[in-house]
Amino acid sequence: MEGIIGYGAYIPRNRIKVEEIAKVWGTDAPSYKKGLMLEEKSVPSPDQDTITMSVEATKNALKRAKIDPADIGAVYIGSESHPYAVKPSGTVVAEALGATPEVHTADFEFACKAGTEGMFVAMNLVKAGVIKFGLGVGADTSQGAPGDALEYSAAAGAAAFIFGNDKIVAKIVDTYAYMTDTPDFWRREYQYYPQHGGRFTGEPAYFKHVTGAARGIMQNNDMKPEDFDYVIFHQPNGKFPFRVGKMLGFKKEQIEPGWLVNKLGNTYSGSSPLGLAATLDIAKSGDMVLIVSYGSGAGSDAFIFEVTDRIEEVRNLAPLTRDLLDKNKNYLEYGEYAKFRHKIRKAD
Amino acid sequence: MRDVAVIGIGMTKWGELWKQSLRDIYVETALLALEDAGIDRIDSMYIGSMSSGLFVGQEHIASLLADYLGQLPVPATRVETACASGGLALRLGFMEVASGMSDVVLASGVEKMTDVGGDEATYALGTAADQEYEGYQGITFPGLYALIARAHMQKYGTTREQLAKVAVKNHHNGSKNPLAQYPFEITVDAVINSVKVADPLNILDCSPITDGAAAVIICPADMARKMGKPLIKVTGTGHATDTIQLSQRKDITWLEATYQAAKQAYAMADKKPKDIDLFEVHDCFTIAEICVTEALGIAPKGKGGEAVEAGLTAMDGKIPVNASGGLKSKGHPVGATGIAQIYEITKQLRGEAGERQVKDARIGMAQNMGGSGGSCVVHILERE
Amino acid sequence: MSTPSRYWREIPQRYRLEANKCNKCGITFFPPRLLCPECKNRDLEKTKLAQKGEVITYTIIRVPPAQFSDQAPYAIGVIELEEGTRVTGQIVDCAFDDIKIGMKVKFEFRKLFEEGHAGILCYGYKFVPDYG
Repeated sequence: MEGIIGYGAYIPRNRIKVEEIAKVWGTDAPSYKKGLMLEEKSVPSPDQDTITMSVEATKNALKRAKIDPADIGAVYIGSESHPYAVKPSGTVVAEALGATPEVHTADFEFACKAGTEGMFVAMNLVKAGVIKFGLGVGADTSQGAPGDALEYSAAAGAAAFIFGNDKIVAKIVDTYAYMTDTPDFWRREYQYYPQHGGRFTGEPAYFKHVTGAARGIMQNNDMKPEDFDYVIFHQPNGKFPFRVGKMLGFKKEQIEPGWLVNKLGNTYSGSSPLGLAATLDIAKSGDMVLIVSYGSGAGSDAFIFEVTDRIEEVRNLAPLTRDLLDKNKNYLEYGEYAKFRHKIRKAD
Repeated sequence: MRDVAVIGIGMTKWGELWKQSLRDIYVETALLALEDAGIDRIDSMYIGSMSSGLFVGQEHIASLLADYLGQLPVPATRVETACASGGLALRLGFMEVASGMSDVVLASGVEKMTDVGGDEATYALGTAADQEYEGYQGITFPGLYALIARAHMQKYGTTREQLAKVAVKNHHNGSKNPLAQYPFEITVDAVINSVKVADPLNILDCSPITDGAAAVIICPADMARKMGKPLIKVTGTGHATDTIQLSQRKDITWLEATYQAAKQAYAMADKKPKDIDLFEVHDCFTIAEICVTEALGIAPKGKGGEAVEAGLTAMDGKIPVNASGGLKSKGHPVGATGIAQIYEITKQLRGEAGERQVKDARIGMAQNMGGSGGSCVVHILERE
Repeated sequence: MSTPSRYWREIPQRYRLEANKCNKCGITFFPPRLLCPECKNRDLEKTKLAQKGEVITYTIIRVPPAQFSDQAPYAIGVIELEEGTRVTGQIVDCAFDDIKIGMKVKFEFRKLFEEGHAGILCYGYKFVPDYG
């Protein structure tokens, strides 16, 4: 049996409100807030990036897993904002954790589902008996082009999951992937901001793959929405998770504990993983949890977890996700936000 | 060991000397010293310069300056202990004369700081700190002294106004120094309201970026006597080191290297603090002067701020400190400062200090410090 | 300025706070050296610094060095960690007015600076408030 033995989250302290962004671009804040079901988002400080957040999220996971980091056999960081184009984030993260030198690493990239792909591989290496413990992290410091719709939601955060086959907190029941070549959102080499297909990112992209993966995994396990206590969907905005949940037959109450986006924004590769962390923070022994990520390009990974009673022992050993989300917030004005996000052109 | 005397001094006005290169500044002041001494050949030369490499991309200034001074093939040595490089140049020159190895030695200091931008100058100055464990973290020199200032204020109740009064006093003195970079008065209010640099230090708490040089010529005292010059002897010298990192000091508010170097110099000259008529100290930042006065025994530990507030260290006070204007008003071309202190004391002991003259000045002490106190060189000069 | 090799050599210290403990006089010191700074003894063992400590003194840097030119103003201080070892480090995620001598802080992994647009990224320790 294998599963999550430790999980941890990290969310930067800074926030910016939708109104603050709308003010600068002359858009109607209330309609954006309503349309996106989003109030504010997290912003990384200039000294934070995918690597630093992954380190801190994993340290929180290690507090719960209670293992020696040197025993981690693989470190997989999934992100679309890896600090280096060539030199894996995993090298720095593994070194900072003390997992080197006997450790596998390479970075994962698949828009917002890079993290769950990393989790899938780490978990299966443990399952195959090739490594003792595996680490999968979803982390991003996503960029939204100035004045673009994505600027309101592109946020920063990380969630880390350590997999093992002993002292399991959430057993893995099954996994499933649903992936096709769908050019809904992409970024070419040397381009600073991504491009997207507007409304094409909805039905043929997000909804098709999320429902495809959710139905696929439920079918393979002979399960229905009511068999789950909680479900986490990728959260590009506040509305999509509820809409897809409704399409699939899930209830609001199943979605809400893992629904962070209205105060967090879209943390891209961190999105559904952070939702999973927030759900584990309140889950009880025996709970069935379904997580379905989505990455543009496009694909969804689905996991079914069964929470064990060990959750009670480890839950409070590290900060709770909603505490990281709600406490010690520092609100930025647009100018400071633009400076932090390197959106201001300076003399070279 | 032979007795050593100062027979010649040279210094030109300090400031942003756009038209002059490092070699120009150096040669001009060295020639003045040679003229003042009435000699034209030296046996050896020591040059204090913190970083000709980072400021003007030039190393090997020993050869360069010996050449441009027209003194080839004289042995020339460039020495470096950050901002104490000048004092060290004198000390090593002193040892060469005292030991009998050389008779006439030129000890000078030079720094050309304005050929780089402010950022790079801050970086270059920052190399006096621990690069991997202080510089890497983003520290600056004002930052290090600000850490000392806040700790000193917390521990001893030293106030923001007391710090400002150091700058005010030194500018008052410097306003009477024709060679000073900033020869004008300032007020406590001006200091407190000046641009913030590293809290609690503002720009007027900090010595400036300066181009400048200074030179002294030393020889055996017997030779000086024969030349019929007023005999100004170097009667004490001391040199000590402390941790490079400020965080590793036993007491962040105490300058141990200064204390140790001064102790050596006092012992060698058989003098106590009360015997000294004037001090030239290293006020790279206002807090530095406060801490130095404590380490030299001018004020009790923790009371350096009170001392300056009470006027103890004013030009007309009981223990004049920095009659020259100090680094704050005179300027701080890093490697040159230590020698400029000797220039001032010599002027004072000769009775040539004009409006800055300390009455009946017979014995003076120069304290020259590097980095956040990691090196200190102290000299005592006496008029016979 | 950091060249890759100079940066890489200090990684155990910057990433993991690896230090030395003297087997003779018992002090822990950082960074590691060949000689104990206290008793000069060479019999040393590897250890790690505590991750929590308090602020001994601090300042706000408003005129930064070139490498940090975009980052000012920032707070930096001397932090004394639980075993008594002191380090110099930035204090972040905190309003300047809230920083006090004696304030409790803890280690967080952050990026110190970038070597320009194309050079290496330099990571290490900073300190954030420890709210308990």
